[in-house]
Amino acid sequence: MATKVVVDPITRIEGHLSIECDVDGGKVIDARTTGTLFRGWELILQGHDPRDAQDYVQRICSVCPVTHGAAAAFALDDAFGLTGQIPENGRIVRNLILGANLLHSHILHFYHLAALDYVTAPNLPPLVPQYAGDYRLPAAVNAAAVQHYLQALEIRKLAHTMLAVWGGRIPGQRGIVPGGSPANVDTEKIVQSKFLLAQVTDFIDNVYIPDVLAVAGAYKDWAAIGVGCKNLMTYGGFPMDNNGWNGKRFYSNGVYINGQAGALDPTQIGEDVQYSWYKDGIPKGPYQSVITPEPYKTAGYTWLKSPRYDGNVVEVGPLAKLWINNNATLKSILPGEAAFSVIGRHAARAVDCSNVAHAMADWLMQLTPGGPTCVPNEVPQHAEGMGINDAERGALGHWIVIDNWKIQIYNAIVPTTWNASPRDDNGQPGPMEQALVGTPVADVNNPIELVRVVRSFDPCLACAIHLITPDRKVRKFRVY
Amino acid sequence: MKGLSRRDFLKLCAGSAAAVSLSELLLPHLLEAAPASGNPPALWIQGASCTGCSVSLLDSEQPAIATILTDVISLKFHPNISGASGYLATKVINDTAAAGGFYLVVEGSVPTGANGLYCTVGETENGQTITFVDRLADLGSKAAAVLAVGTCASFGGIPAATYGGNPTTHGGPTGCMGVLEFFKQKGITTPVINVPGCPPHPDWMVGSLAHVLLYKTLPPMDQYNRPTMFYGRILHDNCQRRQYFDNSQFAKMFSEPYCLLELGCKGPFAACDSYKRQWNGVSSCILANGPCYACTDMNFPDGSSPIYQRYPDVKLPDIDASADAVGVTLGAAVVLGMAAHLVGNAVNGRLGHKEE
Repeated sequence: MATKVVVDPITRIEGHLSIECDVDGGKVIDARTTGTLFRGWELILQGHDPRDAQDYVQRICSVCPVTHGAAAAFALDDAFGLTGQIPENGRIVRNLILGANLLHSHILHFYHLAALDYVTAPNLPPLVPQYAGDYRLPAAVNAAAVQHYLQALEIRKLAHTMLAVWGGRIPGQRGIVPGGSPANVDTEKIVQSKFLLAQVTDFIDNVYIPDVLAVAGAYKDWAAIGVGCKNLMTYGGFPMDNNGWNGKRFYSNGVYINGQAGALDPTQIGEDVQYSWYKDGIPKGPYQSVITPEPYKTAGYTWLKSPRYDGNVVEVGPLAKLWINNNATLKSILPGEAAFSVIGRHAARAVDCSNVAHAMADWLMQLTPGGPTCVPNEVPQHAEGMGINDAERGALGHWIVIDNWKIQIYNAIVPTTWNASPRDDNGQPGPMEQALVGTPVADVNNPIELVRVVRSFDPCLACAIHLITPDRKVRKFRVY
Repeated sequence: MKGLSRRDFLKLCAGSAAAVSLSELLLPHLLEAAPASGNPPALWIQGASCTGCSVSLLDSEQPAIATILTDVISLKFHPNISGASGYLATKVINDTAAAGGFYLVVEGSVPTGANGLYCTVGETENGQTITFVDRLADLGSKAAAVLAVGTCASFGGIPAATYGGNPTTHGGPTGCMGVLEFFKQKGITTPVINVPGCPPHPDWMVGSLAHVLLYKTLPPMDQYNRPTMFYGRILHDNCQRRQYFDNSQFAKMFSEPYCLLELGCKGPFAACDSYKRQWNGVSSCILANGPCYACTDMNFPDGSSPIYQRYPDVKLPDIDASADAVGVTLGAAVVLGMAAHLVGNAVNGRLGHKEE
């Protein structure tokens, strides 16, 4: 008989998440992920001046607030008809702000959110207690990792300092608005940024990447655990021209479905809510989606909707972005299909971090001191706009409908909604649920393996894991 | 304690020196005052939050936040840092609460709708779902004091915003409110210090906590429970760009160095000292050409929206320039009444206390 294992709350992520898994014969045979917080963002934005959006939405999540602000600004650029007019300085400053937060976020994820699944913590609350488990790092490597935990706190702060040079502050940065950036470009900011970026880049290349490789070496079997659906989607990232979502980007957009790479078609995105605590029967398209919360809906088990691409379950995140962009470094570290794994997601994130850091050094030198950064704009009476871009955690899209100069519909489909989505209307489990199935669990009282799989996705909400048997006859087991 | 008197402490917190971080100045005194019996325990919980307050605290300048966590307080639980998950984490919280004498830090709004089902935070040993409101009521009634960090925990914040243009929707879709309002409804009398801001500056959080730890008493607070050492002055009256306002020079584009009023600045009612306190060690909203949206205000965000439209009720200074020179809308606004929270302060455009 299967044992039901519940992990609620899952800590060391952003937000509220729980999981529930059925474990039978030492392995997960079924899993459900539950987002346990509803704030009603799409409702709150209704009736607002559209230009409020890029500041409000940064509070959807303040680990990756910049990408939300940018997605809103891209959507407003689109709605205001500004996409082709963003000054070069504005485009580059936006990319620098996005890049600086990516550096912060990836470093934070590996060291401060994920590392304690692999590293034995010093006896210091709140780092302890931690699950008992197979912590395999040699003593010297483990000790170095603890030191790097502290060093990484400082390094990620430098990335944020660089961000604030352009955006004023972080969280709640002010450097990305419809039409470009309000920031003035001057030599002092460029020099200051280069100095900060060099320190962060040095850490990424000489500490972060070696640490990820050390974990990969000690946990080789984890390059075959947490495989998931192997369908991927990325919106790409960092515009290199002014042609909107399908223009040239540092990372290209695309999909990878059933082993085939393909072009992205955003009209194929739709959302199901059969297993979510929302009223059934919402229109599927992102421009039409309006939700009504139903906290007592018995078929529901999460506050997350179930977004699908042309009906397919797709995983998003750095792994999807680098795989679809044929990243040679990732494929050399993890040949074949080994990248579809817990280790693969960590490795992809580290390679992504290094790529972006090095590119940012070039972008800084492409700025023109004193040049324009922003074009003026007016709110139209009626318009629609879409802003899609990869956030730190994967594909992030914002859709806006403006009516009588106000927001009529706002819809944000965020990376963790893709990854931690529940079953869709066809009963297909979400990517994280699929990745959990097959995961070995040595001790149901210490399900360290489950949280390793969940955290490899860098989920951005508070979730818990619930494990259930298909026939619902479960021996309920509390997780200590 | 020896060393720093309370009066000096308050002056230090409110001081105008932007060159060094407050937490750096306070740390030696905090270490000195740490009791031999061990550092005071603290629990950090999150409701309807975005983790922004935690990230802001992580960005605190030297000393590293790690020193505060290890040498000043004993943080038993934090959702984003804790090694423990699942019931292992819940047990830590329960054990700390049972031992008593702990400080509670609350981040995020309090969603009271649907019996608290809009935010659940774990399970009991028996598999019962724990709602955030129940967790807060339990810990809140047992804590020595509560630090409500951020505008959400202080006043409800964005999750409590009205929506759809309907003013009766206050509390947002999920019945959100601040901790103090929730405590009043529940009859919980534990003292609450509000440290609003979206996010709050790390100095505001560290300084407020430090005052409690050093002097075992609440800092001087305004009627909204905000420590006056940080929230006692109005941004506009001390703004780096104040001279441009006085001279009626208003930016029409973000890139212009003038007063940001026309671009929507809410500095005239923002109780915020960011004019002297740098963010992330280098900048601030105004320095980055970002019009203030008064994120420390009890009415944020409703009182600040639309963010990029000029606030209609700001009294202009006694100026010689004609209305034409400063724009028709400005001219028309001179004699308009003030919004509720400005009443009584409208004298010659001075809406608060200018720093001496």
